[in-house]
Amino acid sequence: MADIVEIRWHGRGGQGTVTAAKVLADACLSSGRHVQAFPEYGPERSGAPLRAYNRISSKELRMHCPVLRPQIVSVVDATLLDSINVAEGSTKDAVFVVNTAKEPKDIREKLKVGSEQKVFTIDATKIALDCIGRALPNAPMLGAICKATNLVSLDNLLEDVRKSFGKKFSQKIIEGNLEATRRGYAEVKEG
Amino acid sequence: MAKVVAVTGNEAVANALRQVNPDVSSAYPITPATDIMQRFTSFVSDGKVKTEMILVESEHSAMSGCIGASAAGGRVMTATSSQGLALMWEELFIASGTRLPIVMALVNRALSAPLNIHGDHSDGMGARDCGWIQLWSENAQEAYDNTIQAFRIAEHMDIRLPVMICMDGFIISHSIERIEYLEDEEVKNFVGEFKTLNPLLDLEHPVSYGPLILPDYYMEYRRAHAEVMTRASEVVLDVAKDFEKLSGRKYGIFDAYRLDDAEIGIVILNSAAGTTKDAIDSFREKGIKAGLLKPRLFRPFPYEEVGNALKHLKAICVLDRADAFGGSYGPLFIDVAASVYPYKERPVLFNKIYGLGGRDYLPEHAELVLNELVEVSRTGKVKTFKEYIGVRE
Repeated sequence: MADIVEIRWHGRGGQGTVTAAKVLADACLSSGRHVQAFPEYGPERSGAPLRAYNRISSKELRMHCPVLRPQIVSVVDATLLDSINVAEGSTKDAVFVVNTAKEPKDIREKLKVGSEQKVFTIDATKIALDCIGRALPNAPMLGAICKATNLVSLDNLLEDVRKSFGKKFSQKIIEGNLEATRRGYAEVKEG
Repeated sequence: MAKVVAVTGNEAVANALRQVNPDVSSAYPITPATDIMQRFTSFVSDGKVKTEMILVESEHSAMSGCIGASAAGGRVMTATSSQGLALMWEELFIASGTRLPIVMALVNRALSAPLNIHGDHSDGMGARDCGWIQLWSENAQEAYDNTIQAFRIAEHMDIRLPVMICMDGFIISHSIERIEYLEDEEVKNFVGEFKTLNPLLDLEHPVSYGPLILPDYYMEYRRAHAEVMTRASEVVLDVAKDFEKLSGRKYGIFDAYRLDDAEIGIVILNSAAGTTKDAIDSFREKGIKAGLLKPRLFRPFPYEEVGNALKHLKAICVLDRADAFGGSYGPLFIDVAASVYPYKERPVLFNKIYGLGGRDYLPEHAELVLNELVEVSRTGKVKTFKEYIGVRE
């Protein structure tokens, strides 16, 4: 990967998208990297479309503005594909990770991605329902991104999921999220 | 040993305040500064600090509480933003005029109306002449480092003035970045024991605060305040030297980036400076000699040093994240212009207003300005001395 990796998240308020960006930043701190994680602050309503961003770099990150040309696009809610152009500004070798039960080739067609761009799909909502009983797809999305991008090792990621969810939730919810992260990693499909 | 963490600007400042462990804090919440005091009050409730927390009903009372506690002889801090700072207005002058070393984090936010919670510098600029020392911070690391240094500067026996630490609302206050924390013990030793000066609670040595001073002595009092301000630069630099020994991070009264051999330059405050530095690097790669000056100590403004650092340039653009209504130019521009004014041979200057109410400042804005600077340095002619950029026509 390049010196600096820029990620754009598309989700809806209440899905844990901002938390996911924060956990990813924390996990990428390992090996001395510089990280940023920040959402776009609008009216914070449950269900409203939102964006969040990550930058991960071996060098100091001085830029303080939204990510306009993401190398990685994470779509936490596939219903956004109908209303937002999630591919806007993406690099020609960008990686898309989409939460959907559909096959990567269906999403490829829908997004009209370029030949060098990669599309990964993961049914993160189903995994979340299986593991934690709620449609909070952020943990399986993190697992899927981890596999699709190699930004961080699965062990590092799991450690940070445990740390981050451990602050607020019961042991049962933490274990559920760890399992959801592992399944996201194992079940992500490329096409 | 430094500890590397990924935290928001607010979290970093709250942690610095925990490490300093002030005697008293008096505060009222306001976005985007709320998070600092929310975290700090948790430290108080959890017994992590010994601070006496005074929760009040307004920012006017918050600053009044700080003034009382500081005059009583305590180490005191608070935090605010925007309308909160505006409501403190008269108290700000009382804090500085009474020479009270209060430390306040100001999370820069636009002023109403229209209501807007996002980052710009209107609040801090509105308070630039209130006799406080102002340190501005590009990122979470600088906000953390400045907060720790602020106590040493404010409490220095030659200074005894309140210090405001500014950082951009949301852009820094709510964004997570990698930063390095010092150890609790290191911060404790660096700020040292609080030294009182004429404390009200020293009943053996009664003193009077807030006296009436009529025309017979008011002007001498004001001149004394102005003279103390002239000593701030030196103290800020001394404290920075000690801080560098501790942390390895170097601070000046301003940050001069690739300025020595530059022909064109941008002067800009806070988070937008980082975005601009990246654009300057890409222009340097094309062989264009561009540089940047980012003030850290904005009040008192180091006119002589800034003038000396900029005088050799052909053209300078000053970018302001606040406008001065009715003044011809933005507040930073006015100070930079005054800095280079004494020189017979001086750069051509122009002013852009950007990023009001949290409008994004993007690399393309920096590039636009740099391209115009190249043109101005070649022709010596400026089309518009002041204009808004990144705005709908």
